[in-house]
Amino acid sequence: MKTLKLLTALIYGVCLSTAGSAYAETPTLTVYTYSSFTSEWGPGPLIKKAYETRCQCNLKFVGLEDGAALLSRLKLEGNRTSADVVLGLDTSLIAEAQATELLAPHDLNTDDINLAVTWSDPYSLPYDFGYFGFVYDSEKIQTPPKTLKDLMLNPDSPPVIIQDPRTSTPGLGLILWARKVFGDDDINAWEKFASKIVTVTKGWSEAYGLFLKGEAPMVLSYTTSPAYHRHIENSERYRVAMFDDGHYQQVEVVARLASSKNPTLAQDFLSFMLSDDVQKILPTTNWMLPAVKTGQPLPEAFKENEIPKVVLGFTPEEVSANRKNWIKRWLGAVAK
Amino acid sequence: MRVLSGIWSGIAVVVFLLIVIGGSITLTAMTSTSVSLSSALADPYLIGVIRFTIGQAVLSTVISVSLALIVTRALARRSKFPGRGLLISLMGLPVVMPVIVAIFGITAVFGKSGLLNQLLSLFGVEQSFTVYGLTGILLAHTFFNLPLTIRLLLPAWESIPRENWRLASMLGMSSRQLFRLLEWPSISDRLPGICLIVFLLCFTSFAVVLTLGGGPSATTIEVAIYQALRYDFELSQAALLALLQLSLCTVAALGLLKWFRVFAATSGRKVDARDRPDIHSTTGKAIDVFCIGICAIFLLLPIAMIFYSGIRGPIYKVISDPILWLASARSLIIAILATVISMLLAMGLIKSVRFLREKTKQQKGAELALTIGSMTVAIPPMVIGTGFFLIALRTHTLTHATLIMIALVNAVMVLPYLLRSISPPYIQAGEQYYKLCRHLGLSGLQRFRLIDWPIIRKPTAFAVGLGGALSFGDMGVAALFDTDGQVTLPVMLYHQLGAYQFNEASVTAVFLLLLCVSFFWAINQIIGR
Repeated sequence: MKTLKLLTALIYGVCLSTAGSAYAETPTLTVYTYSSFTSEWGPGPLIKKAYETRCQCNLKFVGLEDGAALLSRLKLEGNRTSADVVLGLDTSLIAEAQATELLAPHDLNTDDINLAVTWSDPYSLPYDFGYFGFVYDSEKIQTPPKTLKDLMLNPDSPPVIIQDPRTSTPGLGLILWARKVFGDDDINAWEKFASKIVTVTKGWSEAYGLFLKGEAPMVLSYTTSPAYHRHIENSERYRVAMFDDGHYQQVEVVARLASSKNPTLAQDFLSFMLSDDVQKILPTTNWMLPAVKTGQPLPEAFKENEIPKVVLGFTPEEVSANRKNWIKRWLGAVAK
Repeated sequence: MRVLSGIWSGIAVVVFLLIVIGGSITLTAMTSTSVSLSSALADPYLIGVIRFTIGQAVLSTVISVSLALIVTRALARRSKFPGRGLLISLMGLPVVMPVIVAIFGITAVFGKSGLLNQLLSLFGVEQSFTVYGLTGILLAHTFFNLPLTIRLLLPAWESIPRENWRLASMLGMSSRQLFRLLEWPSISDRLPGICLIVFLLCFTSFAVVLTLGGGPSATTIEVAIYQALRYDFELSQAALLALLQLSLCTVAALGLLKWFRVFAATSGRKVDARDRPDIHSTTGKAIDVFCIGICAIFLLLPIAMIFYSGIRGPIYKVISDPILWLASARSLIIAILATVISMLLAMGLIKSVRFLREKTKQQKGAELALTIGSMTVAIPPMVIGTGFFLIALRTHTLTHATLIMIALVNAVMVLPYLLRSISPPYIQAGEQYYKLCRHLGLSGLQRFRLIDWPIIRKPTAFAVGLGGALSFGDMGVAALFDTDGQVTLPVMLYHQLGAYQFNEASVTAVFLLLLCVSFFWAINQIIGR
């Protein structure tokens, strides 16, 4: 009998407490992003903490493999998606994301955005950007190539590891980069460059890991990679070859979804991404450059001479229209 | 009717597998506009990909299995030498390691600045060995599959009864005669099944082929599926390619099926290799030592390099991270769930397979059921994952069922390993003791407990341990579903690698491998003894 009473009390208590918590339910903002953004080394945990104190809400990050996985998840879910915000699509995916008609205009002022071109896209908002670059081991290379032309055409240029454009973002970036520098002549450049390629990996991690293990003196990565080694490891060994003929720019954007049940909160989060609080932590957590000029200068590890003078880029529409064809051409040139 | 009562469990499992395989492909295909098979097959690029996929898989299988035959025979002939048990245990490692870890281990030995080239440069030969290319692919596939094959083959040797060896001794058989008359009959019926698994694993290989293949000319169908699913978002193209892959693998499976032979009804007590007449000659000894030695060096050096870079990493920093332990716990739950599900599927199928053999003498039907169970390896986890995802999306169970789904996909993926190691002894036990059981009126659970279990116990422990360790290492399934902040250990490893944390990742890799080994060992302690 006693146990029965206790049980009733317990059940009652549980019911009450769940009812109570349902009452005081705070809204939850669901943000789809790529997993390295939400991992414990990425900016995710810091942003979550900062935003939750500001918004009186729960911020829920859903980490997917990469930007492409993000887009394919949105396409699979369509209007049934539970996402309010999608964070981490890049310039080569934006046009396809818009074509899904799942995004809502951000309706925010973009005057503070500090990119080479003025940002006019009404749907997506850039929060950071970076440049693809070839990182080299200064213990093995004394005089790195000065231009992309030099790297790809000169028979004496060093061996490199690159990523596959069919499975990775930097891999696709290099296709676009070469396309920008060589135009229709890129096939010829790739044919010459093919003998210099040690291997083509599935993703960035394999390539950079093999590079650090000494499998090649040079690897396709980002211009900010040396800043990581400087900032965390205090090492000057790994440097980036700065090219006079330019570097391809990758811009990462955030957007809100039309199906979101928390549209104002989603919009607030978008503007939060451009605030000083977020922008100042991005360089040393996401290893990208802030899209908005922050109050303070970049951390010391980011050197002025590692910021490209010539910025290259295609519009999202150009990428979306030509990507498949350019990859096919590339396959024809490299896969012999 | 009596037949039906004996095979209902097998029918249920086969139907379940067909639904999983067919359902995920169909659902994936239905989500976007259709493409035609003929237009896909007219693409010269795709034809090249198909030819390359088949070619490298055949080569890898031939190399792995023939080397395994040589080494396993040597291991069977030397049943006692110091470190034998440890060596065999360590052979469980390559197959369970995350692919990227294996790639780093292999390049540390065979890469441009690996041990081999360092050794060669000591002798004045500079940069003479290049791993990237077909060499690298074959090397890596042998690294994964040689130890797996050895472990699957070794029980075949152990099942040759002692009496036969004694008889052979009395007759003064030569080593060659022993192989032809005693050993080959015992291994030849397992060989096609093992070849099939190895072939399927190499056929569907992905990151290894891309990275060690040296360039896009080394592309498997699996790469094309990933590209279609992820970057081009052409789901029907992906489904079509998955179907193509499945068909090609089925043709291979049916080809091997023709070879399948009736299991020889032999089984006996644990054999002491001293019963073999051919192990005392010095040449024989030298050959065995050489074979085992080379194999050990080939397998253990990359593993040693992985451990070496792990112990030089920031050990304390990594293991004091609470997320590492949470991720381990989550991985453990997935491994246990997957193992239980997979074991249920395997037993359901094997039980009916034996019934078919005993009661209806339907040898081919029985093998067909086992083959369907093995075909799950031929479905890209990405496609099964997408299919499961779409099911969950439509039934609104997405947020609640993630863990179950990851476990289920893993369970289906490890099923072939369970089938291939448990079914031979289980069927053998059936054939050997069928009359006795009828005589004593033993059936059902009682028969299982008294007759079957003691015989299948050891192989079951091996298979369950392997399946669990594989699910623990996860084969990239968990990364397909949203992580929601809760990561598994392999996903955590990939996060570290994606965030420049290469030193930390090498510690995590060692930690992961040690946990896999412990899991394997624990299962063997619980079940195997």
